[in-house]
Amino acid sequence: MNQSQTAKSMTHGEAGLAIVFAASAFLCLFAAAKALDTAFAFHASLACAASLWAVFAIMNRYYDRPDSLPAREINGRPNYNMGPIKFSAVMAVFWGIAGFSVGLLIASQLAWPALNFDLPWTSFGRLRPLHTSAVVFAFGGNVLIATSFYVVQKTCRARLAGDLAPWFVVIGYNFFILIAGTGYLLGVTQSKEYAEPEWYADLWLTIVWVTYLLVFLMTIVKRKEPHIFVANWFYLAFIVTIAVLHLGNNPALPVSMFGSKSYIAWGGVQDAMFQWWYGHNAVGFFLTAGFLAIMYYFIPKRAERPVYSYRLSIIHFWAIIFLYIWAGPHHLHYTALPDWAQTLGMTFSIMLWMPSWGGMINGMMTLSGAWDKLRTDPVLRMLVVSVAFYGMATFEGPLMSIKVVNSLSHYTDWTIGHVHSGALGWVGFVSFGALYCLFPWLWDRKGLYSLKLVNWHFWIATIGIVLYISSMWVSGILQGLMWRAYTSLGFLEYSFIESVEAMHPFYIIRAAGGALFLIGALIMAFNLWMTVYAREEEVTAPVALQAAAE
Amino acid sequence: MTEHSDFDNVSGKTTTGHEWDGIKELNTPLPRWWVITFYLTIVWAVGYWVVYPAWPMLWSHTSGILNYSSRAEVAVDLANLEKIRGDKMVVLGAAPLAEIEKDPALLALARARGKTVFGDNCAPCHGSGGSGTKGYPNLNDDEWLWGGSLDQILQTIQFGVRSGHAKAHESAMLAFGKEGVLKKDQIVTVANYVRSLSGLSISAGYDGSAGVKIFTDNCTSCHGDAGKGNQELGAPDLTDKIWLYGSDEATLVETITNGRAGVMPAWVGRLDPSTIKALTVYVHSLGGGK
Repeated sequence: MNQSQTAKSMTHGEAGLAIVFAASAFLCLFAAAKALDTAFAFHASLACAASLWAVFAIMNRYYDRPDSLPAREINGRPNYNMGPIKFSAVMAVFWGIAGFSVGLLIASQLAWPALNFDLPWTSFGRLRPLHTSAVVFAFGGNVLIATSFYVVQKTCRARLAGDLAPWFVVIGYNFFILIAGTGYLLGVTQSKEYAEPEWYADLWLTIVWVTYLLVFLMTIVKRKEPHIFVANWFYLAFIVTIAVLHLGNNPALPVSMFGSKSYIAWGGVQDAMFQWWYGHNAVGFFLTAGFLAIMYYFIPKRAERPVYSYRLSIIHFWAIIFLYIWAGPHHLHYTALPDWAQTLGMTFSIMLWMPSWGGMINGMMTLSGAWDKLRTDPVLRMLVVSVAFYGMATFEGPLMSIKVVNSLSHYTDWTIGHVHSGALGWVGFVSFGALYCLFPWLWDRKGLYSLKLVNWHFWIATIGIVLYISSMWVSGILQGLMWRAYTSLGFLEYSFIESVEAMHPFYIIRAAGGALFLIGALIMAFNLWMTVYAREEEVTAPVALQAAAE
Repeated sequence: MTEHSDFDNVSGKTTTGHEWDGIKELNTPLPRWWVITFYLTIVWAVGYWVVYPAWPMLWSHTSGILNYSSRAEVAVDLANLEKIRGDKMVVLGAAPLAEIEKDPALLALARARGKTVFGDNCAPCHGSGGSGTKGYPNLNDDEWLWGGSLDQILQTIQFGVRSGHAKAHESAMLAFGKEGVLKKDQIVTVANYVRSLSGLSISAGYDGSAGVKIFTDNCTSCHGDAGKGNQELGAPDLTDKIWLYGSDEATLVETITNGRAGVMPAWVGRLDPSTIKALTVYVHSLGGGK
């Protein structure tokens, strides 16, 4: 530090956060020393190391930065904050590959159980939540945070609110993923589907998520546009609702402040109801509302066409918000849940059909006048096909919520197939499309390294999805029929193990589909890497564009 | 950015006049089919609420004009099932085991019932075809640890083996090595003797007379002088080609050193008596029944 920098002083945020993290490092060290189980000791040590790193990073940034913080505007133009977005976008690719790989492993374990390796850490029971959390929260979550921070700035013409706060959100969120994921492998779980992380991870996520909400909200407050763009309504609904769901489903009493185990406040069927109110709306608000926001920005942007219908966007937004929150009980048909609650869950799911399709119509029809671009632009094709899968999944969902259909489909692979037509087809493809748009924009590249590779990604992944969902339809319906088959003497025709044996070929096909999907994602990772690091003259996009058009 | 409506040349529609980062919105009305279908789903839902239990009230809930209840539905389904099964299961439960095998109708019933019950309860250990695996006997052959007559099978299924039930088969093989009864080299010697009983090859340097002596002193009380086994004690026949844990020298040394005490649960109380009967007949009919 030389004399000229003495005029510089730390902001309240820098000083405050550094002190908080220093205190947190001390507390975590204390907790690690007092820990009752090794997993807690490990997590407390991780948190201690992360806190120390945070103090160092804050100080380091302070010494390296100019006297004043980056301006909100430069020459009347917004000075966008892209750093945290880049971080989140890269993490999305990383977690995507990790999550798809674990998915492929557990799909293979179902076909060939020897792949459990007889180790607790690699058993299906621990890897399955690792897969779901890695793809939904780590991959999907980073895509949502990256795109929401990008879209909210661009459509508000305002720099992201906060100085350290956006970094706190992206790094803090990924630290949550690290704690959750390593916890699963070590056997730390509260056994609530999609809400497996234990109490201390939940608390940390709450802090991160509230900061996320504040950053997003304050950016909207500081906007230079008179109106709020539709994508931002969806992002905001997603952020607010996830906060409410997280708090509603996770109140727990730790056995000790120095141990990983806790007990959920809810019990019995109330717990089940809370769990599926949460679980279904994690689908509704995380995987639907959030990704519809992505669709509302990236499809019009990529197609260079206006959003098809403003009115439809308003009506289907509010209809989705109002109706989705009721649909959870359809996960508990024919259980101890009272009949009236099952009825409401089912009927609201049926009413949800058209509001969901409102998003599909708006996504698809935005292409009107630009359909020809589907031939030449595989990124746009990916985005549009994602909307088609969205439409398919949101028709299948209400169908499966009908009690008679559910009595066949429930507990079978049909559910897995349904989830994956939404997850791979809709969430996966719309995310890939958005990442393919974002990387060149964020790193100021003229375009992608190779559109031809995008085309390969598109077709390989599409074939993978088709293999996946069609094998799961067949195996699910076969399973359901085998379970309910009675002989003329009034006994079950098949034992459970026979239905398991019958699934074997479909599990192999499913794993093959998953492998193709993973290969597609690896191609994407290579393409994005080259987009950032290849020299500009190597960029082959125009050539590939012509090739694709031929 | 303009507050006035704009015209989109491609679609021939006006826009709302808003623009964000180059994105505009068309002023397209709601698609009619969409609105109609949406209304229809709402009408259907309201109709469903009228018919079925739907809305929570202060102390109870609306019960719907059908007065439907899923619990009542299950009761009806179960009653129907009992009707299909009819009195046949009662007859089966009352009939002596030998009678069941003689009556083709009862036998078919018992085998149908037995097959699914076997698949859901026994297959995890004995395999879905009853062919067994290491430590879990094959039920298709005619070698039986605890006897293969109908009554003996019934006994085994009801109370299990070393299951903790008072009537379970209890005796276990002694851990001759761990308990210090036999030394390492003696165990190898007797293992080779046991192999010789069924004509398996023996390793070089094996002292035949020592083998006979060790076997006579330690093993014959359960496995018999000729090694033919004893079903009263669950001691397997050592002269045939059927091996529960394996016949190679290393496995035999392990068996003799640590003993063996496989467990089968007692099914009485978990399966009803007529189901256990059906299962007995099914297992007996697998191919090895005596």
